[in-house]
Amino acid sequence: MALKIVKGSIDRMFDKNLQDLVRGIRNHKEDEAKYISTCIDEIKQELKQDNIAVKANAVCKLTYLQMLGYDVSWAAFNIVEVMSSSKFTYKRIGYLAASQCFHESTDVIMLTTNQIRKDLSSPNQYDTGVALTGLSCFVTPDLARDLANDIMTLMSHTKPYIRKKAVLIMYKVFLKYPESLRPAFPRLKEKLEDPDPGVQSAAVNVICELARRNPKNYLSLAPLFFKLMTSSTNNWVLIKIIKLFGALTPLEPRLGKKLIEPLTNLIHSTSAMSLLYECVNTVIAVLISLSSGMPNHSASIQLCVQKLRILIEDSDQNLKYLGLLAMSKILKTHPKSVQSHKDLILQCLDDKDESIRLRALDLLYGMVSKKNLMEIVKKLMLHVDKAEGTTYRDELLTKIIDICSQSNYQYITNFEWYISILVELTRLEGTRHGHLIASQMLDVAIRVKAIRAFAVAQMATLLDNAHLLTGNTQRNGICEVLYAAAWICGEFSEHLENPLQTLEAMLRPKVATLPGHIQAVYVQNAAKLFATVLRSQEGNTDSTTAQETSQLMIDRLPLFVQSANLEVQERASCILQLVKYIQKLQQKDVEVAEEVSALFAGELNPVAPKAQKKVPVPEGLDLDAWINEPPSESESEDEKPKAIFTKEEPKHSRPRHTEVDEKELARRREARKQEQANNPFYIKASPSSQKVYQETPGVEHIPVVQIDLSVPLKVPGLPMSDQYVKLEEERRQKERAEKKKKEKKKRKEKRSGRGKKHDSGPESEEDITPAHMVDIVTEEMPENALPSDDDDKDPNDPHKALDIDLDKPLADSEKLPVRSHRPTEAPKSPAEDGDTESAAPQEPKKKSSKEKKEKKKDKDKDRKKSKEEKKKKKHKHEEGGEDLLGGQPDEPVVQSEEPNEEVALPTSTSAEVSDLDFWLSNAPVPSNSQEAATVAAAAPIPQAASGAAPDSEPDEPKDTEVETKSSKHKKKKQKKEKEEKEKKKKKKHHHHHHHSDGGGEESVQNGTVEEEEPLPPMSNYCLLAENSYIKMVCDIQGNLQDGSQVVVSVIFENKCNSFLKSMEFNVLDSLNSKLQRPEGAGPHDGLTVPFQLPPGVSNEARFVFTVQSIVMPQKLKGTLTFIVKNEDSSTHEKLDFKLHFTCTSYLITTPCYSDAFAKLLESGDLKGSSVRLEGVNMPFHHLLARICFHHHFSVVERIDSCASMYSRSIQGHHVCLLVKTADQTVSIDAKCDEPSLLGNVLDEIKQTFSQC
Amino acid sequence: MIKAILIFNNHGKPRLSKFYEHYSEDTEQQIIRETFHLVSKRDENVCNFLEGGMLIGGSDNKLIYRHYATLYFVFCVDSSESELGILDLIQVFVETLDKCFENVCELDLIFHVDKVHNILAEMVMGGMVLETNMNEIITQVDAQNKMEKSEAGIAGAPARAVSAVKNMNLPEMPRNINIGDISIKVPNLPSFK
Repeated sequence: MALKIVKGSIDRMFDKNLQDLVRGIRNHKEDEAKYISTCIDEIKQELKQDNIAVKANAVCKLTYLQMLGYDVSWAAFNIVEVMSSSKFTYKRIGYLAASQCFHESTDVIMLTTNQIRKDLSSPNQYDTGVALTGLSCFVTPDLARDLANDIMTLMSHTKPYIRKKAVLIMYKVFLKYPESLRPAFPRLKEKLEDPDPGVQSAAVNVICELARRNPKNYLSLAPLFFKLMTSSTNNWVLIKIIKLFGALTPLEPRLGKKLIEPLTNLIHSTSAMSLLYECVNTVIAVLISLSSGMPNHSASIQLCVQKLRILIEDSDQNLKYLGLLAMSKILKTHPKSVQSHKDLILQCLDDKDESIRLRALDLLYGMVSKKNLMEIVKKLMLHVDKAEGTTYRDELLTKIIDICSQSNYQYITNFEWYISILVELTRLEGTRHGHLIASQMLDVAIRVKAIRAFAVAQMATLLDNAHLLTGNTQRNGICEVLYAAAWICGEFSEHLENPLQTLEAMLRPKVATLPGHIQAVYVQNAAKLFATVLRSQEGNTDSTTAQETSQLMIDRLPLFVQSANLEVQERASCILQLVKYIQKLQQKDVEVAEEVSALFAGELNPVAPKAQKKVPVPEGLDLDAWINEPPSESESEDEKPKAIFTKEEPKHSRPRHTEVDEKELARRREARKQEQANNPFYIKASPSSQKVYQETPGVEHIPVVQIDLSVPLKVPGLPMSDQYVKLEEERRQKERAEKKKKEKKKRKEKRSGRGKKHDSGPESEEDITPAHMVDIVTEEMPENALPSDDDDKDPNDPHKALDIDLDKPLADSEKLPVRSHRPTEAPKSPAEDGDTESAAPQEPKKKSSKEKKEKKKDKDKDRKKSKEEKKKKKHKHEEGGEDLLGGQPDEPVVQSEEPNEEVALPTSTSAEVSDLDFWLSNAPVPSNSQEAATVAAAAPIPQAASGAAPDSEPDEPKDTEVETKSSKHKKKKQKKEKEEKEKKKKKKHHHHHHHSDGGGEESVQNGTVEEEEPLPPMSNYCLLAENSYIKMVCDIQGNLQDGSQVVVSVIFENKCNSFLKSMEFNVLDSLNSKLQRPEGAGPHDGLTVPFQLPPGVSNEARFVFTVQSIVMPQKLKGTLTFIVKNEDSSTHEKLDFKLHFTCTSYLITTPCYSDAFAKLLESGDLKGSSVRLEGVNMPFHHLLARICFHHHFSVVERIDSCASMYSRSIQGHHVCLLVKTADQTVSIDAKCDEPSLLGNVLDEIKQTFSQC
Repeated sequence: MIKAILIFNNHGKPRLSKFYEHYSEDTEQQIIRETFHLVSKRDENVCNFLEGGMLIGGSDNKLIYRHYATLYFVFCVDSSESELGILDLIQVFVETLDKCFENVCELDLIFHVDKVHNILAEMVMGGMVLETNMNEIITQVDAQNKMEKSEAGIAGAPARAVSAVKNMNLPEMPRNINIGDISIKVPNLPSFK
């Protein structure tokens, strides 16, 4: 055996390894391809050998060749072989090769499933790591489905190295197998609070990536992320979270309000530019989302703009670039703040860096006004001339067109100028954007009726000089403008000065070299021109000229009839025959002009791009139904070339209106006008742009303005637009002068003796009147259809499949596929009920959550009406109470079936939604938001008022409110211990009084406490220890996953003005309970708290304890040591504490169905005990809620003043309670399979109620 | 998400290519060529961001690159990544290479592209940033190299000897080829500027 190995390796040393291959390639510079092909032959030989080392070496070389562009997919099977080697060295080579060249259609991938699974569960963490890394590159839907469960298990691996990789790869798994998202999400969420910063960062990464595509599903995580944001010090994590918030704020403006303050603080405090930049970005997103409701955020905007200006002025080009990028986002909503930095941005246009120039261009888009448009475009035109390289020039070109055409040509005061700009742009050679210019020309000519005459004249010039445009190359994109030119000249030929000349220009032989679709337009429009020419010539006495024109057509058209392009051919032969017929008639001296031009009569209206899609399907029309039964055999028909524009229909449909007499027309027009006026959905010309005039009554009444052709139009290739700038300047000056005159007159007339009034100063936007009265016709849309962008989404987006509601509780069927032969974990829960029941209780739940959502929407709408809202809230709380009592028992379904997922189940939709609501509604925005303040302030007032209301009011609603409050807190697990205590004290004072007082007080406290405290309030935390430096509060929770683990979450709060660092948390282990320490640590070593505390900051750390017996409460002594660091000194301090593990803390809220509960009681395994509580003066549901909240029980069933409750310990003990109440006496009969545990729990319950 | 990571030299020769989305070999080569074309014509003192445009995926993507001595390190990322963060990541990557290869130069990347891949795998996984802490990365890389060495054991010895002999036969091996032996100087940038 050993001999064989040695022999194998001796063979191997004469093989080429990767280095030899690289060296060889470098030494064969001249015949590299030949050398490589011999190498590939060698590799093929090597792959045929049995020795895995040889194979691995060959695969390694193939990976290199793949990088050089050689297809190595033929070796896929060998790669799989190398992947499955037991040696890490070869395995790694195999996985690397696979990650470089496997993809979804590689068929051998399906052979790898088991190998990967084996590697994932390998005891060697690097085997697992390599497999995860490889899988992340080539995961397929099948692999994702088969391995999802294995990967999910790895998310709780003991090694953070594996955990972080497993968490990251889950994103890829979700993408390929969207069904896995919901079952895996709870655990992913849990990883957000992983003790290892790398794992945490990975989880943040994945959730951010998910949330970016479907933000609304992740809104409920906002409080968690908010906590992370305020506590994390890792810039990577912070950046990701802040970016995520940027995506969330548009959905929830209240979130934005909450964010502004911490973000502003970060902006002020951070030294990391990357973080600063992302903060600014998110603040901008917040401001955008708030811009509708809140006008008074000017301070924040100013801060952003000011910081961005600093970035832009920085010498670092990167910062400059990013500054401009962020500036363009502000521009959309707050153009004014950006416009004041116009100087800076114009300066950036001259930057030597193209990226920066492009960004500055983007900004220009928002900076133009009527006043400066011409000036800015002039500057851009200069850049166009200077710009070398087509990319930047093309970008400039599109920008010029964008700037001018934005918001329905809002800023253009002179369309002649615009047309000349477009014509000038046609002089750009080699641009890709010919069609863009063409479509602009068409759009302007069709929609701005007053400009048609001028446009036609310009287009005729263009056609005349077509040779300049077509130039040398066929591929020249600019010839597209000829398409527009020809169509405009043909359609609006009545404006042509010399139609015959244009006709001749269009029939030149050179035209045949143009692309087919342009020729087709040429032919069609030549016919239109022909009609116009005939009409003008028939008026003359001399009929020969008309005949000459016909002859011209007959002479030239055959050229097109021979065209290879079908469209051209068809149109040309049609028209040729027509002209021949006309010629015959002409020879008989028949007047034909009228009839010929009737062919092209009628106005063409612009149609909105999406109009076709918006036409509603008429009732009763089934588009999927066959019109004729499909033929039995498929006949292959030749695809007809698609018509380029619809209007070029066969001739018979052309004369549209000609049959309708004038009266009928007028009647219809009147009716249509009436209808349009009454139809709110009819899109009228946008009123915002002041130049868009109301639609004039009819086509023929449009005031066509006489255009003063003071500019030499006929000289192509001369920059004409410049002269418009001067003209415009003069015009404006004239206007201004006139205005002043008028004003003076007025003033003279008035002569109030008030002295000089201020000069009108720089003219404002409104003062500039457009040069022509133009009518920008709105594009036509079907009635009732609104132009919208919602249908632009790409149906193939893989992220669409991930748009999944994550708050809905998991259903039975939703679990990751597990291989069947693998033994599934035995369900620990008592809920052995069948699937039949499990589905049923979910129904009401879903419904209620839906209702709640609706409610929330409503609430958003009229948030300002705080009183009304209050009522609603009350209502909601009531519902929430019922929810707690009736709605919960659907959780065991999931828990019993899916032991894996139990840990971090999202409580329930309704809870989540209202949680978020609650969290958001308490948003403290001390700086600027008045609204938030009123909301926060308004909330408690009506309650207090109701508290003071006469006693005659029934208790019921208020009590439920109190109760739900606590139940809600329980669900959220968010409340401050202090608050809790105070509440209890209050209760004591008031409980003789009237109960509602307590409720009122409590909510007032809620409001006030939270207003001071930006962190979301924590629940169930009790004071652990406190001194002048630090305060510790803790919450103890059993770990569902592991029956012997208890998680203690401790919040450390820095109370002093110094920096606290090097905190070490240590506990003296008892025989029964031990603090879990990292591997290698001694039994008495303390745990380092993974953070430092700046003054006034609090943060939470979690410590895991293992306990053996849980039947007795225990106390553990512990010490926290830390260093207090002042500016000049640092001292070592310590704080002792006692950690109290109550028996309650070993219980976990586990809902249970009544029949399962009954079975459990019947089984007879349980031993009973009972307790009586005297003098409990609280309503029954309040009492139940308390037991649920403080002792982790859930209500199984409730009948009048009697309720059964259930809970389960982390080690699977069942605890059942029967609670009855009568006259201030509560009797609790309890059963449990562990009597001492039960006794202790009952004692603790007693304790709870004796406190109130 | 990071869509692709490319390393090529001043002449556009690929030294490492890692695509996190599948493209055919031809497309990959074309992307590398075009990226080189875009990046190489830029001056030294311009910003490190480039709108990729047509290259990979579309307008959402950006090229973020750094130029060290003879090599360009180009990351193609979408809008979910922080631009400055990625620049910093490139820096971490190069510094890590510098540590792992002890004064890294282009030749190290030429002859040990597999090692570079392994280092990269500890930083970026499936297009997502895995680890940004250099020490952590080096620890993991070293641990894996150690494993590799221990696996090679006796069987690996002859191969190593031969490889040493081969290199001895060509003592001027790296130097005789006239490009790319300028070591990459890692400027001392403050982390996360």
